[in-house]
Amino acid sequence: MPYSQQNRIKNHPVLQEKESVVVNFTFDDKKLFGKKGEMISSALIANGIQIFGKHPEDKAPLGIFCANGQCAQCTVLVDGIALKSCMTPLNEGQKIESIEDYPPLPEDDEEVVFKPIPTIDTDVLIIGAGPAGLQAALTLAKLGSKTILIDDKDRLGGKLLLQTHKFFGSVKDSFAGTRGIEIAKILEEQIKEFENIEVWLDSPCIAVFSDKLVGVLKGDKYVHINPKKLLVATGAREKMLTFPGNTLPGVYGAGAFQTLVNRDLVKSSEKIFIIGGGNVGIIAGYHAIQAGIEVVGLVEALPKCGGYKVHEDKLRRLDVPIYTRHTVIATHGKNHVEAVTISQIDEKFQPIKGTERTFEVDTVLIAIGLDPVNEFYVKAKEFGMDVWAAGDALEIAEASSAMFSGKIAGMKIGQSLGHTKEDVPTEWEEKAEILKSHPGPVVKIEKPIREEGICPVFHCNQEIPCNPCTSVCPKELIVIPEGGILGLPEFQKEQEVECIGCAQCVAVCPGLAVTLLDYREDSNYPEVTIPTEIFVEKVEEGDKLMVVNEDGEELGIHEVEKVRILKKYSKTQLVTVKLPKKVALEAVSFKTPKAYELKEIEQYKDIIPDEAIICRCERITAGEIRALIRMGITDANELKAKSKVGMGACGAKTCSKLIEKLFREEGISYDEITPFVQRPLFIEVPLKYFTGSQEEDE
Amino acid sequence: MSKKYDVIIIGAGSVGVPAAYAMSREGLKVAVIESLPSSGQGQNKKAIGGIRATHTNPSKILLCQDSIDIVSNWEDRYGHDIEWFQGGYTFVAYNEAHEQLMKENLVIQKESGLNINWVEREKIIELVPGISKEGLLGGTYSPEDGNSSPLKTLYAIQKQSLTTGAEYFFKESVTNIELKKGAVKKVITNKDEYEADFVINAAGASAKQIGEMVGLNLPIFPDSHESGISEPVQKFIDPLVVDLRPGKGTKNFYFYQNIEGKFILCLTPEPIIPGINENETSVFLPQVAQRLIGLIPRTKHLKMRRTWRGLYPMTPDGSPIVGKVADFKGYINAVGMCGQGYMLGPGLGELLARLAMEKTSPSDDRILEELSLERDFGKIEKLK
Repeated sequence: MPYSQQNRIKNHPVLQEKESVVVNFTFDDKKLFGKKGEMISSALIANGIQIFGKHPEDKAPLGIFCANGQCAQCTVLVDGIALKSCMTPLNEGQKIESIEDYPPLPEDDEEVVFKPIPTIDTDVLIIGAGPAGLQAALTLAKLGSKTILIDDKDRLGGKLLLQTHKFFGSVKDSFAGTRGIEIAKILEEQIKEFENIEVWLDSPCIAVFSDKLVGVLKGDKYVHINPKKLLVATGAREKMLTFPGNTLPGVYGAGAFQTLVNRDLVKSSEKIFIIGGGNVGIIAGYHAIQAGIEVVGLVEALPKCGGYKVHEDKLRRLDVPIYTRHTVIATHGKNHVEAVTISQIDEKFQPIKGTERTFEVDTVLIAIGLDPVNEFYVKAKEFGMDVWAAGDALEIAEASSAMFSGKIAGMKIGQSLGHTKEDVPTEWEEKAEILKSHPGPVVKIEKPIREEGICPVFHCNQEIPCNPCTSVCPKELIVIPEGGILGLPEFQKEQEVECIGCAQCVAVCPGLAVTLLDYREDSNYPEVTIPTEIFVEKVEEGDKLMVVNEDGEELGIHEVEKVRILKKYSKTQLVTVKLPKKVALEAVSFKTPKAYELKEIEQYKDIIPDEAIICRCERITAGEIRALIRMGITDANELKAKSKVGMGACGAKTCSKLIEKLFREEGISYDEITPFVQRPLFIEVPLKYFTGSQEEDE
Repeated sequence: MSKKYDVIIIGAGSVGVPAAYAMSREGLKVAVIESLPSSGQGQNKKAIGGIRATHTNPSKILLCQDSIDIVSNWEDRYGHDIEWFQGGYTFVAYNEAHEQLMKENLVIQKESGLNINWVEREKIIELVPGISKEGLLGGTYSPEDGNSSPLKTLYAIQKQSLTTGAEYFFKESVTNIELKKGAVKKVITNKDEYEADFVINAAGASAKQIGEMVGLNLPIFPDSHESGISEPVQKFIDPLVVDLRPGKGTKNFYFYQNIEGKFILCLTPEPIIPGINENETSVFLPQVAQRLIGLIPRTKHLKMRRTWRGLYPMTPDGSPIVGKVADFKGYINAVGMCGQGYMLGPGLGELLARLAMEKTSPSDDRILEELSLERDFGKIEKLK
């Protein structure tokens, strides 16, 4: 497939494709093109290849799953060597092959020179350079501590790199109103200013050992780090679900999806379905639409979505059906997802027979929550090391909260090193707490009627930790009267100064929930300025757009009067239309014409819940595990011994939580369960790295 | 009221479970008491899975020949897949001292009826493709030895023992063994009391503590070894390979590629690491990489999946302590397996059953004499 015809996102409202060198490679002898340095998995998906191999045990198709270097589902042969395609950069001339059977070891009999493994001393080792790790490193650097900051990816930022939307939170201290991808850049620049922060990229931690050394693959070189203090800021991993078809290529986490679409700009899918109505699922849905991918629907098990109302509104306004009190019961397809079946659930979250509906989709995103990646923390604690955790590794919360969590951990570590006598500022702790807040109830707010001059209107009717609108107003006319940053903003209309219509508040709002009304020209037909980040093309004067209210109700097609783009918010188009004053207060957004029809197809028969896979590495089904649990087993290690569950390449990262759930479903309480014993290595590592001789290889 | 059994076995591990199987099959009423939540959670699951009769102590040879017989026929007999693979064992020699040692051992081994021979360099190269040829002299090859999955094997034996009535009590710790007139009377746990004619100490690395309950000072000193398992790759090596050469911080190194294609590796640290610490260290991976890649360079591309650390309950001479003890009627040792409980277990279980039923053969009696607690611990097993 020529590069120009590949599944790549070339036009995006927010993101721009970077210039790159096109290289040749082969996959199973087929000649293909890709971008030099992109991950092989993304190059394959861009070429329309979603199936990377077959599981040697049962020939089940395998494709991308975590897109994060944690599982090994995407393994391919690269020039004869089995590697994770999501962590291996593409290079000119690579011969890539799918794996169907366990591959032979290459007959490379060249001898190796052995050298001792170096041990590196440092004040602090931070594992993970996401929002928490970066802020911790900065805090420590300012205190004068010598820090090594490691990350397994090729760039700093962690999951900030996937977040193309503007952040909530407060402007002053957590970059509210700025996109995650921009925050990553800002922090990276700050990190560069400190000589006492050593950054190691492409450097996964593989184990924390009982002799208090941390094993790290520094690029191609294996080293032991001997830190005085250890900070684990390894983030989170996505929870999975058990349903038949749950390991089909095309079923993966929202984070994996965002990695493909937002980081690597590959169009992984045409039609997706989302499981989970929290912020992660809702935002992923919006990101999909921005990338030109249809969202066929979203299910949420609870009666209401748990994500922010303003995020949910963005999806609803684009006619995405949101099915509350529903769950996924199966995905179908021969080698890839072809359809999904959902069902209503009762009070006990059990599917209600007869309510099943099946939709044609090619991708199902699981966004039902996250679990902390805390293995290194647990081990380090067990071995008596001075260890802290921050961000999602400590507690799952928003990235803005993770940044505070990192700062706090940095300060505490600085104290314990004797590098500062200052206490952690109490406001940090407070803010970290506030930023973790769940959204409040949706309230009905009276929109102030003032049919003269210029004024903003806030379509923000739920308490969430967010205040950028208040801080950007040059006239200080926007305030949050009560509740701190959790409160709802108001426009101070009885002031001497007047709103000047700069539209900063419209452009900054992460929820796209502020509009600006200008009654000066015609108080019966005020000009309404509406923010939008959905159109790939620049909206032009004279374009005709469908205007909608908060609930997505259509307010008619109106002609665009003008379009403004503020320099600081270059990806948010501020579109002005003239509306009858009756609807001007309601208007909040535009709707794009739907490019697809909801295709409901006849239900698949014979959905057998026991066929769901629990352990994707060893292909162990829910049925097998249930049968063992019903024999009276309460020790996960016994399940492992008897079924091999958890013995695969990933080290039980996904199945351990699924097993806990199966135990609960079988009526066994958490206290009765003996969890898996965790053993190194965190990821599989070729033996050659332990020879100490890798330096001279390349 | 205490529960009554013919035999109480302390420990549901590599020794206790096969013993429970053999005894319950012979009609004895057996209870197994285990402090951990399930069977094999002590050292059994740490075992790498090799089963060889290639020893220098005739008793061990005989016991392991029985083990091989039981394990190799298990699937045919009972239908459980235990991943048995009869790939043999090969001890490779890279110096004359080792060649000589191996050839000397062959005499005793052949006398005990072992199918083992010295094979030339070319044969070793054929058996272990990719093996480093420099200085390779040859080695021994015993084709009837093999390996099976310790997890699956123990589970299968336990399952079988349940069909013949053995009972298991998990998460239950033995706190005392009561004696009356020099005979075992009761086994007391943190939950219950049990009466039995025989109490078998099969407590592995904790056997010394159990022995103390009847006033015995068992010469058992656990030390630890680390092990690792790789990803599966296409199978190309059949025998379990033992390399006796010392390395940096290591003594013997041994590994095999199991039926699934995974390499399972273990080495003996030098000096030994006494104690019962089972936490993984940073030392093992570089050591084992040097040993395996040094021996078979192409394994540099092999990915390591997991490592763990297990205990070898050692005795002064490297052979187990098995049998009755003169002063304590009803008490039977099945302890000090020196890291070979897994390969000795099935054969030993049969012997223990014959012992409890007083049906031992003259050959059994010789084994029991050789492995008795009262023996002279001065003679050292050469292939520990």
